Amino acid sequence: MSASAPTSSTAVERQQMSVDIAGVGFGPAMGGFLTTLSRKLLNDDGTPRFESAVSPGLPLQVICYERADGLGFGVSGAVTRARGIRASFPGIDLSQIPMAVPVSREKLVYLLDPIGSSRRSLVFRAKDRLIRGFGSIVGLRDHAVELPFTPKFMRKDDGMIFSLGQFNQWVSEQVTSSGAVQLWPGMPVSEPLIEHDAVCGLRLIDQGLSVDGAPAEGFMPGMDVRASLTVVADGPVGAVGRKIDSTFGLPEGHEHREWALGMKMVVELREDSGLEPGTVLHTIGFPEPEIFGFLYVHPERLASVGIFIPSWFQNPVRTAYRYLQHFMLHPYLWRHLRGGTLRSWGAKSLQESGRYGEPFLAGDGYARIGEGSGSTNILANSGVDEAWTTGVQLAEAVIELLETKRPFTRENLEQTYVRRRRESWVDKESRAAADARNGFQHGVIAGLIGTALAGFTGGAVALGPRSKATAASSLKKSYSSRIAPAELKRLQEECAAQGIALHDRIMDRCGWPQIPFDGKLLISHQDVLLMGGSVQAPPGYANHVIFVRPELCRECESKLCVEMCSGQAITRGDDGVPAFDREKCVYCGACLWNCNSREGNVDFRAGAGGLHSTLN
Amino acid sequence: MSNVYHIVVCAGIVPDPLQTLEPITTPTGPALKNEMMLPAVLDPWSGHALYEATNLAAHFPGSKVWLVSAAPKAKLQQVMMNVAQKASFELIPIDVPANGFADAHSVAKILGEAIQTIAGLDRSRLLLFGGWESASRGAGVTMQLVGERLGIRDQFQGVDQLTVQNDGSLEILERIEGGRHLVSTCQGPPALLGWATGNLPEPKNNPQVGMANMRAIMPALQKAKPASLFQNVRYVSVTPPKQQRQTRVVKDRSVDEIAAELAEWIVQS
Repeated sequence: MSASAPTSSTAVERQQMSVDIAGVGFGPAMGGFLTTLSRKLLNDDGTPRFESAVSPGLPLQVICYERADGLGFGVSGAVTRARGIRASFPGIDLSQIPMAVPVSREKLVYLLDPIGSSRRSLVFRAKDRLIRGFGSIVGLRDHAVELPFTPKFMRKDDGMIFSLGQFNQWVSEQVTSSGAVQLWPGMPVSEPLIEHDAVCGLRLIDQGLSVDGAPAEGFMPGMDVRASLTVVADGPVGAVGRKIDSTFGLPEGHEHREWALGMKMVVELREDSGLEPGTVLHTIGFPEPEIFGFLYVHPERLASVGIFIPSWFQNPVRTAYRYLQHFMLHPYLWRHLRGGTLRSWGAKSLQESGRYGEPFLAGDGYARIGEGSGSTNILANSGVDEAWTTGVQLAEAVIELLETKRPFTRENLEQTYVRRRRESWVDKESRAAADARNGFQHGVIAGLIGTALAGFTGGAVALGPRSKATAASSLKKSYSSRIAPAELKRLQEECAAQGIALHDRIMDRCGWPQIPFDGKLLISHQDVLLMGGSVQAPPGYANHVIFVRPELCRECESKLCVEMCSGQAITRGDDGVPAFDREKCVYCGACLWNCNSREGNVDFRAGAGGLHSTLN
Repeated sequence: MSNVYHIVVCAGIVPDPLQTLEPITTPTGPALKNEMMLPAVLDPWSGHALYEATNLAAHFPGSKVWLVSAAPKAKLQQVMMNVAQKASFELIPIDVPANGFADAHSVAKILGEAIQTIAGLDRSRLLLFGGWESASRGAGVTMQLVGERLGIRDQFQGVDQLTVQNDGSLEILERIEGGRHLVSTCQGPPALLGWATGNLPEPKNNPQVGMANMRAIMPALQKAKPASLFQNVRYVSVTPPKQQRQTRVVKDRSVDEIAAELAEWIVQS
């Protein structure tokens, strides 16, 4: 790993290609965009409706690049009301999509700590004691209480459970079969082309590089794809969206502050698991009070089970993988999951700032859609349908501009795309959700109360103003009541010497039991990279995680990037600077927002490879 | 005669080799569970054949490469989005249902019939390429059967290298035991080569190649002719390739140390 690996901006001669519309990132937002757009690009007789401005005589040239090796390698929990998706496919039974099923039963479950190792506050412990004391009255069973109702703002009435991978794969088949647009997976985009304050296309990633970014055998500079409109849908950690943010800034008062890491497994359930397809469980309370969980049941005995580790979980030892395993082993869930087999695994970062994380939605030559555009509703915990709908709105706007022969300027895109978005249910519900999570900066109880207040009042009432972000607390502060400072220091030194993360040792020491590996569902973190996701990294690409200033890493005590890395791709390296192994990176982007450095010392670039699973 | 080749590559698609495969029995015979849901790739053995074919065509102007593939159309379309960025070819798709254990004779029949209908194909210039084996379910005889159906007598299997001599003859290196090669020479096309790994790396993804390819690939896929497998075949048993994993990532160890550990693991297993 080199701290000075060259960026793709390094002056080299590059091939150039011009298209009319270039997109980056194929997820629900781009799916909605291309589904809507491709239907309007052809006349009824199959002839092109719009002529290309860059290739006269040819139809409009629309091309989209996706970083991952396949179009179905996305990760999501994916239970959605599917309002926008259904509107795009009237008359089509969405259950025909593999692993899709209508929501039939939804429960909110409070999980108590059956182990006694969870970091519960006194209030939480008192509440747990109360629940256990009145167990028979409140329906305590398997260390859990099913709440009598699921709040309306959380419910996914008439919704669908999807596998995002299968959904994206299905959508890509519909889109490409039209022949009107082109989708290219396995082609990361390194950055936007920005000239005179306008985005004028995309620069594809350099190939034929050594891991430190030096040109090697077969060096092929990434092509510049120039476009009249660049559609940015590369998610919350995508290189293009972040470069646009850093160049143009964010609207006044907006910031990317709240994040979460979602990690999930797809489990093949045993025949008598007791779970019916369409079942949705939302959980709170375990493995830590700040960690939310879910279990969604697909057809054919498959279930998605996962957790969210939020950035306001201010524990410096916040490993998602081990917490996920303890979550699955909770007696309330394990009675269903026992005897199951792992089919898939994955992780992704979620932009949880909601409306406050919204960037400029359009500028000269570009528009933002999907999660990276702040479309996720943080009150309903819903993102797929919202992302899809923003894509649809942009496509309708593009058609309007093409029909009226107006260019893709900021003004025109605001009058068409942004106007549609502001007038839609996506924006209305986003406004209601804006302050729903303010309370979490003051603790999980305050956070839950604030969410409920905002939810039940439609956003009219929130718990306090939005406060300043707080960093993860120090190890010493987090564990002073459980581990003596001298022992903590010894554990740190031992892990540093072995080059491993600290979380396992700390969790062992705090009484979390060892995971009883069974080789089928409970497997080691290293094994899940192969058995659950077939993580791969093609040769010929540079490292995409760069630690910019090594001296800052050396000073960093907690090394959250190591603790939080979903694939154990970042380890404690020599000389106090983390080491990065791109062959294990699943491109979740957790390192990006788990850097303790105030200015952010992790440069998370476009990279190739990652998960090879279409079930997530 | 100038060295202009018409190269037809027979290439199947297979589930991504690291996926867990599970056989099931369906009314139409054995299959792989959820095969349509698993990510698919061009069979790596066929991939080597394709890269060798395009490399050969690039060295002999006027040559042309066709890729003939029998697979579910939707799945083939997904695979083509990746493969089409790597090499220039014309796709001849055959739409068949997903099937984990296709009978080699059935496959050879539909491949042979498709090749015979390729417009402009000059049989006197034909080099029939394919994978010697398959990453997931190869019987190891499909290419030979296709060649027989097309009347190609010069057949070579386990090929690692093809060299066109000055007189137009073909020198071919086939793998034999002991890490050695059998060196053969034939006068020229028509010939069949079942490729082992060849010598070429996987080409880089080139967006321009992809765009040029896709202009013909999508219409071809839309017009793909359906075909059926399983004609009077009864399967007694099937077994997917077994994978036994014991993962431990260790770097910077010597070759001798790695070999010793592998040998010990194999003995214990």
